[in-house]
Amino acid sequence: MIKVNALGDACPIPVVKTKNAIKELKGPGLVETLVDNEIAVQNLTKMADQKGYTVKSEKISEGQYRVLMEIGKEEAAGDEAAEPDSAVMDSVMTDAAVRNGTVVVISSDKMGRGDDELGRALMKGFIFALSQQDQLPSTILFYNGGARMTTRDSVVLQDLLSMEEEGVEILTCGTCLNHYGLTDSLAVGQVTNMYTIVEKMTLAGHIVKP
Amino acid sequence: MEDKIVFCTGGGCTAKLGPGVLSRVLEKLPKGPPDENLLVGYDSKDDAAVYRISEDTAIVQTLDFFPPMVDDPFTFGQIAAANALSDIFAMGGEVLTALNIVCFPESMDLNVLGEIMRGGAQKVMEAGGILAGGHSIADAGVKYGLSVTGRVDPARIYRNNQPRPGDQLILTKKLGVGIVCAANRVGEASAEAMDEAINSMTALNKTAARISSNYPVHACTDVTGFGFLGHLHEMMDGRLSCLIRSGDIPVIREAVSYAEEFLLTGAGQKNRNHVQSCVRFEGISFAMEEILFDPQTSGGLLMAVPSGEGHEAEKLLKDLRHAGLPAAIVGEVCPARDAEIYVS
Repeated sequence: MIKVNALGDACPIPVVKTKNAIKELKGPGLVETLVDNEIAVQNLTKMADQKGYTVKSEKISEGQYRVLMEIGKEEAAGDEAAEPDSAVMDSVMTDAAVRNGTVVVISSDKMGRGDDELGRALMKGFIFALSQQDQLPSTILFYNGGARMTTRDSVVLQDLLSMEEEGVEILTCGTCLNHYGLTDSLAVGQVTNMYTIVEKMTLAGHIVKP
Repeated sequence: MEDKIVFCTGGGCTAKLGPGVLSRVLEKLPKGPPDENLLVGYDSKDDAAVYRISEDTAIVQTLDFFPPMVDDPFTFGQIAAANALSDIFAMGGEVLTALNIVCFPESMDLNVLGEIMRGGAQKVMEAGGILAGGHSIADAGVKYGLSVTGRVDPARIYRNNQPRPGDQLILTKKLGVGIVCAANRVGEASAEAMDEAINSMTALNKTAARISSNYPVHACTDVTGFGFLGHLHEMMDGRLSCLIRSGDIPVIREAVSYAEEFLLTGAGQKNRNHVQSCVRFEGISFAMEEILFDPQTSGGLLMAVPSGEGHEAEKLLKDLRHAGLPAAIVGEVCPARDAEIYVS
């Protein structure tokens, strides 16, 4: 665990110090930050929520608060390869609209950030609802945590197989499968690489990312 | 001469007391007998006080001062003055006189103070006013601002809370200066972003006010410490709602990426705590939410202007843009709904 003393520091310094400590971790782990006001606690909590870190805070004494963040394996990996900014993505996509079909991008086996169990249930529902659409996507890309979705034990395997049968191209990042030790478990679609992922996304008429 | 102000912890309008704390204190002040010549006072939460002295003349009074948010003393003086003068423009008034308000450490180089006051004096002149005096005290930290007196026709006061359903909401400066200054404080802001923020903060709202005086402005305020949503909340006055199109809001581009890096102020979080229960976000990114709560130092005017058959709001916007202002129509006022502010 790394301890950060941000007592007497005005925002955004406690956040900057904490971010540096998280970088120092170079992977999963705990960071504890001491701050002297409630607003700094809220700003730290806001960051943790956005990043998907588990966060707890308590008031130790008058003018002393402890904020404890737990950086999980996946979030640590996510920080390394920052996801493309969705706003930029949107503007790129509008220009290319209708040039190509819809590409669905699944970067995690959970939908949204918050409760993991809820996130998994939502993703299951998303894939099912997707398979029920009149207009199916042309391609579904799976990477990082999303790579778990196309393997043998996936809860959405049947939905994906049925979409593949309808002609939907299903591609999973090979590096990611390898990383999670799932290379031999791929049960639907093909393995792909970063060049293809970039190409599919740039040429997409529309990108859908739950 | 040392040309940097040594301390810079979180100045500008981020230094304002939180809106929640403030209203609790103000509610308990003794009021005294009402005076019908006090046209705008404490009760209205408006930008400045207005007192009628004759049938066609009222005096507008305001004061504003804060710690530095930039290193350069001359620039700080300009920003602090532009911010204080802005309240007169937000009431539809013209500037008459200004007095310096100064807190300065005795141990510090007096040339720094000279530069701060030179920046302020320049802005007072630009605003069309006279610098008529001031008051200074020795203090641990630097603070500077102005007490400003202006004049307004009582029939043409811009209230901050009298918009009507159907009015278009016009914003005359970009948002995000608080976040850019916060990023700058920790060495993360680009020179271009900081230049843009400084140019925005030193710009007087005089031009925007002059142009808008040709139009039927129903409500006007300047966006400062309580952020865009905080000032918009005051404008809706618990009677109305509004629909804001976040995509149309002018924003300093880099502020988005700094917000994504959580380079946020404490004052922005206080604004969020104060006003978020009145706001419904629909598909807004975290960064954009933060920009809408971001405290602005010397921010732009936010105006409610009708847009009937005369297309007044559209014409006003055209004039503002023609004058080089980054103004935009950012939303519309509507009758009260479930929530007060909808941002899509």
